[in-house]
Amino acid sequence: MNKPGVKNSLKNRILVLDGAMGSLIQTYKLEEDDFRGERFKNHSHPLKGNNDLLALVRPDILKEIHAKYLDAGADIIQTNTFSGTTIAQADYALENAVYDINFHSAKVAKEITDEYTLKTPDKPRYVAGSIGPTNRTLSISPDVNDPGFRAITWDEMVIAYKEQTNALIDGGVDIILVETIFDTLNAKACLYAIDEIFEEKNIKLPIMVSGTITDASGRTLSGQTAEAFLTSVSHLDLLSIGFNCALGSKMMKPYLEVLSKNTEYGVSSYPNAGLPNEFGEYDESPDEMAKQIKEFLEDNLINIIGGCCGTTPEHIKAIVHLAAKYEPRKLKNNEFTS
Amino acid sequence: MSLHPDYRGEYKYKWLNLPFMRLSGLEPLVVTPELNFINVGERTNVTGSRKFLRLIKEELFDEALSIARNQVENGAQVIDINMDEGMIDGVSAMTKFLNLIAAEPDIARVPIMIDSSKWEIIEAGLKCIQGKSIVNSISLKGGEVEFIEQARKIKRYGAATIIMAFDEVGQADTYDRRIEIVKRSYSILTGPKVNFPPQDIIFDLNVFPVATGIEEHRKNALDFIQATRWVRENLPGAHVSGGVSNVSFSFRGNNPVREAMHSAFLYHAIKEGMDMGIVNPSMLEVYDDIPKDLLEKVEDVLLNRKEDATERLLEFAETVVETAKEKKTDNKWREESVAKRLEHSLVKGITDFIDEDVEEARKAHEKPLHVIEGPLMDGMNVVGDLFGSGKMFLPQVVKSARVMKKAVAYLLPFLEDEKEEGSSAGKILLATVKGDVHDIGKNIVGVVLGCNGYEIIDIGVMVPPDKIIAAAKEHNVDIIGLSGLITPSLDEMITVAKEMEKNGMKIPLLIGGATTSKIHTAVKIEEHYKGGQTVYVLDASRSVTVATKLLSEEKKEYVREIQNEYSRMREHHKNRRASKEKISWSKAKANRQQTIWSQDMVKKPNFIGVQLFDDIPLTEIRNYIDWTPFFQTWDLHGRYPAILEDKIVGKEAKTLLADAHTMLDKIIAEKWLVNKAAVGIWPANAVGEDIEVYTDESRNKVSEKFFTIRQQQKKKEGLPNHSLVDFIAPKESGVKDYIGGFVVTAGIGIEEHIERFDADHDDYNSIMLKALADRFAEAFTELMHEKVRKEIWGYATEENFKNEELIKESYKGIRPAPGYPACPDHLEKPTLFKLLDAEKLTGVSLTESMAMYPTASVSGWYFAHPESKYFGIGKIEKDQIEDYAKRKGESVEFIEKWLGPILNY
Repeated sequence: MNKPGVKNSLKNRILVLDGAMGSLIQTYKLEEDDFRGERFKNHSHPLKGNNDLLALVRPDILKEIHAKYLDAGADIIQTNTFSGTTIAQADYALENAVYDINFHSAKVAKEITDEYTLKTPDKPRYVAGSIGPTNRTLSISPDVNDPGFRAITWDEMVIAYKEQTNALIDGGVDIILVETIFDTLNAKACLYAIDEIFEEKNIKLPIMVSGTITDASGRTLSGQTAEAFLTSVSHLDLLSIGFNCALGSKMMKPYLEVLSKNTEYGVSSYPNAGLPNEFGEYDESPDEMAKQIKEFLEDNLINIIGGCCGTTPEHIKAIVHLAAKYEPRKLKNNEFTS
Repeated sequence: MSLHPDYRGEYKYKWLNLPFMRLSGLEPLVVTPELNFINVGERTNVTGSRKFLRLIKEELFDEALSIARNQVENGAQVIDINMDEGMIDGVSAMTKFLNLIAAEPDIARVPIMIDSSKWEIIEAGLKCIQGKSIVNSISLKGGEVEFIEQARKIKRYGAATIIMAFDEVGQADTYDRRIEIVKRSYSILTGPKVNFPPQDIIFDLNVFPVATGIEEHRKNALDFIQATRWVRENLPGAHVSGGVSNVSFSFRGNNPVREAMHSAFLYHAIKEGMDMGIVNPSMLEVYDDIPKDLLEKVEDVLLNRKEDATERLLEFAETVVETAKEKKTDNKWREESVAKRLEHSLVKGITDFIDEDVEEARKAHEKPLHVIEGPLMDGMNVVGDLFGSGKMFLPQVVKSARVMKKAVAYLLPFLEDEKEEGSSAGKILLATVKGDVHDIGKNIVGVVLGCNGYEIIDIGVMVPPDKIIAAAKEHNVDIIGLSGLITPSLDEMITVAKEMEKNGMKIPLLIGGATTSKIHTAVKIEEHYKGGQTVYVLDASRSVTVATKLLSEEKKEYVREIQNEYSRMREHHKNRRASKEKISWSKAKANRQQTIWSQDMVKKPNFIGVQLFDDIPLTEIRNYIDWTPFFQTWDLHGRYPAILEDKIVGKEAKTLLADAHTMLDKIIAEKWLVNKAAVGIWPANAVGEDIEVYTDESRNKVSEKFFTIRQQQKKKEGLPNHSLVDFIAPKESGVKDYIGGFVVTAGIGIEEHIERFDADHDDYNSIMLKALADRFAEAFTELMHEKVRKEIWGYATEENFKNEELIKESYKGIRPAPGYPACPDHLEKPTLFKLLDAEKLTGVSLTESMAMYPTASVSGWYFAHPESKYFGIGKIEKDQIEDYAKRKGESVEFIEKWLGPILNY
């Protein structure tokens, strides 16, 4: 459908990304049979917990959750494809379902956003195809006694990312989102795959890149500082670069400042709802989170803002409300070049 | 004034409208004009470093990594890695080495330059590096199509690139050809087909040798420098690099001239805009320090200023070599001032003239103390500086210390008359911790620190915490340094740290010794001592920098750096542990190494019981010495015998070895050391995870039990979780198997000679004797193992290995030691000693930490299983510890204390 490009929208305002998917899926209390549906009735492996499958067996649930975030005012919603690579799906022996997972997740998200864009054409909504980090690392050995060992190769990684990207594009996403990057080399393989697919399909979509700073050391799991991470992934023309997950918003700020100071791309952030408590739950309230995020906005650090683990439509609503009051971070030439 | 006729003055960066080149390792490197010049480390290059080549060929990756680490520590801002050698599989060597670097944060923090003439090696490298690296290099050599394709890929991989001034016709060797090729390369790269960011383009303009005698080469350096200026003035954003050492190729073998040429070349090229270069920092003279006459002749050649410049430099170069040679042989230094003579004696380690020179100095000075604080300390400062800058090596420094001590000893009677306190850089207390008797490393650290003006309070070995603290207070020291070699010492160091905290101490604590590590210090020791800073010290040479920083105004900043680094390491350690796959104790046991046992697999020993060997001559043992660790003791790194030919340390290694052989001759002729070995072989079978040793062949009565530990990390498909118990036939197999054991020493009688050297202030010979006794003990162990294989047990009667093959462990069967990687429990030693009645037979005793005394001793088991091999246990889990404690009849806490270093929780 016709709508202004996301780059255009970004010039004028801060865009809001949706919040967590997993915790809302949990409220449906799904069982093994729900995940199997008809299609995977006789599958060899247990499938409970393979959330990415819902696009194929319970698309109605995804649609409902997306709608909640759109109602809350989110401008961009993420496809439910965090684990949609052959690498991650190998745990369930579902490598063959990867194309369908990504294609249908994108399709569900696209259909519902289109409905909302029709209703309010002055607030166009976008779909970001989410690509997770997989459960392998290209620059860290899983065997401490053999630091030179790697459980996966670059070429295998590129093939897997290409399959996912290809299906997401076919399903109709507006943006490609490479997210929760804890190993920059994985992300570089992903960007390499995206660039190849773009060339093969003769298409170009905006790319968002979002890393994860694992702890107070201020480094990614693979050991890079925020600025080194930025430098390592800036070779493609990006829509935005940012951080998500791991730290709550409070601790994320210094690293967003580094990005904001050193990049000409947009800056994004979608933190968790605080740090997990002793039960592993995230309990920062929408107000508390909004208060932290307000500091980002006041310092003019942000172009895209949203929530990661533990955030709910209420959190997003509070953020939408807040973001509307602030100007987006200015870019050097006040324009996205891509 | 510019060397390029079209431009004026020094080059000033003029493309500020473009972004800067940004590179990254774990940390960013933004190439701003203020950085002036980026130096790229060149030592990790198999084509340029014979040592690196050998290490890669022999797969000695740890040592290869330390070359990389050294470069970073010495200030390389980028490291160049090259694996282009016919005998090496370049793709796999590049991949392996880069993957290993990724696990070394102190190396990986800088960007990497992937250096190869083969595209597939470059691409393999790009697939391993998370940061933004530099490709070195691509060019138009293979035509435009290939060039464009490679450049596009480099961009997609996210790297900057070096472009060689090379095209289909050949390599650019004139100013005009350089300009022609770079212009064309630049316009293709920045054009629509590639769209390469201009600031990520670096041109290598080909440094060619000058003074070759060939007319066309006269302008080589000048053309390079002028082309550099042109590139920087005319190609927006582009950088210029080159391999500097090529320029002086004609003067191979004459380092003073080469160094001068490199410095002068860089001095001029940088002024014209060269902003990156591959250099060997040790082959650079400071521009201002180049003797003026040499500099003038070098610059005449480089800048092609005189018709006969080459002839004049060649002529002059010969005198430069000759003066260097002369210095070695003549005794002219005896004619210089007494201060200069003392300095010479100190630097060269000459004791011959020390008494007369010191006496002369004493008469010339008002007070004897002034001799120490004046000429002697001045001389030692020269030694310290030379050592610090890598121009002297440890054995030389120890010899210098010997001279110093002798000088001080001569002055002592005069000093005591005056009762004056000397001034020192600081007081440092050194001790080997309780339960540990090893002190070679500690003594070396003491010597090196002493050379650098520190007052050393050495309180010896086996020192309990309360004594350490009392001594520290009594002497009011500024730093405490702890040393230890065996694993229980790690725990003992934690105890000392806790005690220091309890006593409210605030001074820094240094940790060193073979089993200690930065990670252990960061994770286990530092947190227990909040009052002061705990710092891990890798080796003796490092101790000086650490101590100096801790006692200077830099302290605060240095401590902050250390704290940041250690806290990063703790986090990293936590994450690594979390990501590591472990398996349950029952799974580990199930995944044992399988043997289908039959009686004909086991050779019945020719002898059963315990035997004492006390008459094996040292002359015979001498042939079994493995010299490589001997050089390591002296901080000279490299494999014997290749180390003797090493470019840097070879000369010193030869001197050291000659000294060693002189002392060996004496040890043997004057019978300084007595050597004994107790060897036993007993009927044994495996029962579960234990090895039962029987009183006799009837196998009815168990005399002792050995307890083994099993690897517990997840293994790759098809690889077992090893344990020593798998090498002994299980009881239920019905196969009658055997196990051997030994305690070997070569250190009896050493004390009186050590005392003699110490009384003579002769650290050099004291350390030498201890190091040689250690070598004798290891060699004797090797010899006895061979005897066991060929005669006593006799399972390998046909064996006939050379010593090098023995060192490489080519033999069948193994001799692992309790407390070491295959069975890290030192508490198995008492059982072994009991079975062998070792203390009585050999005179070797065990300390409370299970260290052997005399230190020049070795103990272990013999396994004859044909498939047996050495392995490391790695980390193990609580479930195994609980089972192990139960089997041994000890509490879990007790076992955890002893096995602390291998616990994975």
